Amino acid sequence: MHAWAVQTFNSVAFAGLLFLLASGFTLIFGLMRIPNMAHGACFMLGAYVGYSVIKAGLPFFVAVAAAGIALALLGAIVERVVLRRMEANEFAQVLATMGLAFIIADASLWFWGGDALQIPEPDWLRGPVRMGDLVVPKYRIALIVCAAVAAVALWLLVDKTRLGAMIRAGVDNPAIARAMGIRVSKLSTFVFCLGSALVGMGGVLGAPIISIYPGLDFDMLPLAFIVVILGGIGSLAGAFVGSIVIGFIYTFGQAWVADLAYVILFLPMALVLIVRPQGLFGRPAA
Amino acid sequence: MKAVLIGTALAALVPTLLGSSFHINLATQVLIAAIFASSYNVLAGWGGLVSFGHAAFFGAAGYGAALLVLKAGFGHLAAAMLGLAFATVLACIIGALALRATGISFLMITLALGQILWGLSYRWVSLTGGDNGLTGLKRPALFGLSLDGAAAYYYFTLGIALVAFLSIRRFAGSSLGASLRGTRDQPRRMSALGFNVWLVRWVAFVYAGFWAGVAGLLFLYYHRFIGPHSLSIAESAEVLLMVILGGAGTLTGPIVGAAIIVLVRNLISAYVEHWPMLLGVLFLLVIMFVPEGIVPGIASRLRALRASGHKAPAEAPPHT
Repeated sequence: MHAWAVQTFNSVAFAGLLFLLASGFTLIFGLMRIPNMAHGACFMLGAYVGYSVIKAGLPFFVAVAAAGIALALLGAIVERVVLRRMEANEFAQVLATMGLAFIIADASLWFWGGDALQIPEPDWLRGPVRMGDLVVPKYRIALIVCAAVAAVALWLLVDKTRLGAMIRAGVDNPAIARAMGIRVSKLSTFVFCLGSALVGMGGVLGAPIISIYPGLDFDMLPLAFIVVILGGIGSLAGAFVGSIVIGFIYTFGQAWVADLAYVILFLPMALVLIVRPQGLFGRPAA
Repeated sequence: MKAVLIGTALAALVPTLLGSSFHINLATQVLIAAIFASSYNVLAGWGGLVSFGHAAFFGAAGYGAALLVLKAGFGHLAAAMLGLAFATVLACIIGALALRATGISFLMITLALGQILWGLSYRWVSLTGGDNGLTGLKRPALFGLSLDGAAAYYYFTLGIALVAFLSIRRFAGSSLGASLRGTRDQPRRMSALGFNVWLVRWVAFVYAGFWAGVAGLLFLYYHRFIGPHSLSIAESAEVLLMVILGGAGTLTGPIVGAAIIVLVRNLISAYVEHWPMLLGVLFLLVIMFVPEGIVPGIASRLRALRASGHKAPAEAPPHT
């Protein structure tokens, strides 16, 4: 019984990490209709940036902010300089982000080397805390809180603000939104920056749990894909539910069939594709 | 047909012309990559289905055959056939799942499924040897002729490559190939005309998977080794780059693209080890500056030149 409770807790923590990874991806996809193939690379780059900031002696949460800002800047450059040149050609955009993913991965290998790196959790979040008869690491609770805050903030932003209304209008019908005076192209840049910043911060927040190593990028990218395919591409609620489902399957899978944990992830995706190809919260393709 | 004969004659002369076994081996690598790229072209070029998991079938055939020989003691021919069958069955399953969607979703699903297979090869260490891959394979003898020499294996590969190119050409020229191009350009019209769009795409997916498996087997016996890299996203991205660089939807484009990529990689690897960086930069350059690919690019320039000579209006390049 106790082992179950521990695994459940770990599943929720991992789901939080997955949400930080997948929400930015689904936001970008929702507005711009492109899957950002460099999203996993941005996660890894964020973690590496955070590592360097912490190594320079700055506190953990400065590192998180620094990674967010660095990745937002990178996102702005990528969106303005590269993706804007091939607007309306989604395959060119996909392939361009793929090229960027390789460039980021190799540059990181160059800069930070091939060894796995660790980011320690901040001192005040180190060690366990007792919840009933459950003893859990403080840091994982903090991670769950961060993911929950991000989820609520994104929901408020998209559903309750004027900016969010404009984003939703841009998602639904970019042409009409433009005709109504909404600057969809500016919004695209903003959303791309926001999504990149989110995943960069997610990289630092996740690093104390999973170490940083070359190849982390393409380990994380399929996880983001599986989460959003499951939940419905472009839907925040879908990313939320998908993260929880995949968080549980991955964590319990590793406990039970360690060799195959990566493979059984594919089962819920296959099931959803067979029954409901657009994902749990997705809209059917037009 | 004339071009095919001339190409074959030239290719047959390669070992004599090049002489050194290093260069002959390079030519063998080009041929293997060209078969792989041509198989992908069926899917991405004529089918318009951009997959990021095509290496799955390349690697699956290689792993299947290697495991059967090394762990189950099968003979080479039986292992190769079963490995190919494994890749093809895998293509049937993955195709059936991934073709639930098209476009961007198709791309994401193939990437996720491909990465899962990669994860299996990388993490299931007791079976696959993990990162070290599977080694210790010997090349078989064909009717008593040893394939150990560079030239012998080159001719073996060339023979299979010819069968592959001609089969793929036949496919592209068949009514099935024509309906595949139809499903790429006008899926709704094709559907209204009574074609089973899904089935046409699925058949193309399996056909492409089969030839990728053939390339994977040739790769396995060329290197006498198979590792997780053969299933990796980098491998899938590389074959995609070969096809768009050479020209998607043309017969010669993938072969040209494969030759360029293999030669550049070998040329560069002598100096720097940062192939992924260069691969990424090439990706960006090709997409930004020659999005239609080299072969159609040159062809349309030539057409424009000829047209300006005759003062005739330039035609739109036909899709073949």
